[in-house]
Amino acid sequence: MTTLTQKHKKIERNITLLAVLALVTVMIGGIVEIAPLFWIDNTVEEVEGVRPYTPLEQAGRNIYVREGCYTCHSQMIRPFRDEVERYGHYSLAAESMYDHPFQWGSKRTGPDLARVGGRYSDEWHVQHLKDPRAVVPESIMPPYAFLAEKELEPGDMSAHLRALTRVGVPYSEEAIEKANEDLLTQADPMASSAEFEKRYPKVQIRDFDGNPDKLTEMDALVAYLQMIGTLVDFEAGEAQEQAR
Amino acid sequence: MDSLLGKAGGWLALVFLSFIAMVMAADGGFAVHMGIIMTACLIALWVTISKADYAAIGRGILRAPADPGKYDDDPVRWGVIATLFWGMAGFAVGLYIALQLAFPVLNLGLEYTTFGRLRPLHTSAVIFAFGGNALIATSFYVVQRTCRARLAFPRLARFVFWGYQLFIVLAATGYLMGVTQSREYAEPEWYVDLWLTIVWVSYAVVYIGTIVKRSEPHIYVANWFFLSFILTVAMLHVVNGLTIPVSLLGAKSYSAFSGVQDALTQWWYGHNAVGFFLTAGFLGMMYYFVPKQAERPVYSYRLSIIHFWSLIFLYIWAGPHHLHYTALPDWAQTLGMVFSIVLWMPSWGGMINGLMTLNGAWDKIRTDPIIRMMVLALAFYGMSTFEGPMMSIKAVNSLSHYTDWTIGHVHSGALGWNGMITFAALYYMVPRLWGHPRLYSLRMVNWHFWLATIGIVLYAASMWVAGIMQGLMWREYGDDGYLVYAFSEVVSAMFPMYMIRATGGLLYLAGAVVMVYNVWMTLAGRVRDEKPMTQTPYDEAADKPLVAAPAE
Repeated sequence: MTTLTQKHKKIERNITLLAVLALVTVMIGGIVEIAPLFWIDNTVEEVEGVRPYTPLEQAGRNIYVREGCYTCHSQMIRPFRDEVERYGHYSLAAESMYDHPFQWGSKRTGPDLARVGGRYSDEWHVQHLKDPRAVVPESIMPPYAFLAEKELEPGDMSAHLRALTRVGVPYSEEAIEKANEDLLTQADPMASSAEFEKRYPKVQIRDFDGNPDKLTEMDALVAYLQMIGTLVDFEAGEAQEQAR
Repeated sequence: MDSLLGKAGGWLALVFLSFIAMVMAADGGFAVHMGIIMTACLIALWVTISKADYAAIGRGILRAPADPGKYDDDPVRWGVIATLFWGMAGFAVGLYIALQLAFPVLNLGLEYTTFGRLRPLHTSAVIFAFGGNALIATSFYVVQRTCRARLAFPRLARFVFWGYQLFIVLAATGYLMGVTQSREYAEPEWYVDLWLTIVWVSYAVVYIGTIVKRSEPHIYVANWFFLSFILTVAMLHVVNGLTIPVSLLGAKSYSAFSGVQDALTQWWYGHNAVGFFLTAGFLGMMYYFVPKQAERPVYSYRLSIIHFWSLIFLYIWAGPHHLHYTALPDWAQTLGMVFSIVLWMPSWGGMINGLMTLNGAWDKIRTDPIIRMMVLALAFYGMSTFEGPMMSIKAVNSLSHYTDWTIGHVHSGALGWNGMITFAALYYMVPRLWGHPRLYSLRMVNWHFWLATIGIVLYAASMWVAGIMQGLMWREYGDDGYLVYAFSEVVSAMFPMYMIRATGGLLYLAGAVVMVYNVWMTLAGRVRDEKPMTQTPYDEAADKPLVAAPAE
């Protein structure tokens, strides 16, 4: 022990040595734990159906991020019987592979939202967001009536999609160019949408907030909520018996 | 200062008058002349303002001693005031959002006052504004005294203080307006992150610069902890803050990582915000102020070496325990769990080293309310660093995750450990920094101690019950094989717990109000006429450290 303390004296008298050793010590864990996630292939196993968000869904997701919904809602169903029965199939890594940032959350003051898409009607969502206690008397969620009033002003969606491309979301050049157009198309059932639907399979096109005169933040948020967790077809992936 | 305001105000009024006269002039000649008079007044105003001695004015407002002293303590004094200010703001917002969960009408129907926007305001205010200012102030205080050197780069040190306040204001107002990345504890957007990077690097330069010019050959253990905290936070902040802004003229940016990788990077950052910001930095505080207040040397030198290196090595690995049973690969979860459990040991090494420093001075717990606060802080540090490893065991975590148990755990650490050790350090520093023989009132420190302690107990106990109840109700199956409770039923079952929690928060806030008053009166140079804390007879001969005797 005396040798340890004797040797340590050298470090204690040399600020460069102390700083470098401390920095090396704290870097090891991060390198061993995080770095492999970027090159081990099976970290995120490819799943059929997962696609980048449409401009309207991404705009809605940005509102979800802006309002700090993650402070009360998770988007990560764990593989337990009760969670799977309550919320649906447990979450797959691939389902959040285009999520910048991830919104898995850490607290369920409200229920998990990883499979909320298609679970309720648009009207329910609009009503619930405007006045949560009108539809769920026990709810303690804040009211978000202002979303229905505010016109959606997401800025230049092409710039948003381009930024997302830079961090690895595979939008085509065409998708980036048509982003602002696509944003409007998704909320307008009258628009011609064949091309748009080809770009974004399974996309839901309709007026989401029940107010066809105006494209509001409510439209965008409901469009996002209605698609969360709906892209992967779990029926098609029935469990298969392993050959013994 | 009054005369400066009067003079400058007078000149400014003349500038406005002549400007109005110039704009409204009926003919060109009058306008030119009024312009000349305005320019003259502007010059006079400039001279008045630039000649003032702002340092003296600042010292006057803060009632700081005029004597420059042996050490550069102005930034420390400002830091003490800022810590108190942001602490009050952070505690008050915390109480408010706690009440929002019990009474949702308090969201007020405004977009700026929803829980979703106020919660990051609360967490950032207490961790980065209250905790951060406490860390900067105490590290500047400690490094000067343990190195017997004045701060290196005094101007840069002032920039660190004011730059950090600007960061806090930008972050806080951002949350209210919805400018956020919504990544827990790393919410500020890209340009605020960049600003913080500049401030933090300057902080490192001042801190390390001071150690370099030390006149003490040995670097004291408190400085190891402060140093590792500064360096590691820089590393975490830079890597976790990597984003691509949508436009250089807009707030919105997208994280460089997505999904699984984003989650682990974020919790690598998030858990080490706890590990280095709230633990290593505050252990630095502990290693200076506990021995000073107890007037005893640190218990074990060897233990401090072992627990320093093992603590900083192990903490970094623990992040994945925030992601148990998620889509994060199993190997990473297990690694995170194992290291979290091992982390229990160095954490308790720190607690033991702190508590045993009181060896031979245990009677001070009865006589000295500041020591009492330190002991409670260490006890809560030990308690929550036991609770943390326990909650990181996957089986326990399957119940506790997503529930209020996590909230309770965080607060027993934050209110108990970080809060109490900060209060104790402030009580220690204030009379010394302002050149007064003692605090205004020691009995008020005692009041603060008990208000805060009862507050923490109510808070932690109610959240344990709430969390375990949530976890059990969510997974409860009836005999019919169906889930028993709807989610909404679990929400309404929380009401009594949320009320008890808010009561605890109110008591904690009340304790902090007592502290602000006590510090305020101390700065004013007042001493409260009160009975001494205790009449315990003092025996100097018995008051010495125990000497270990070899076993027979």
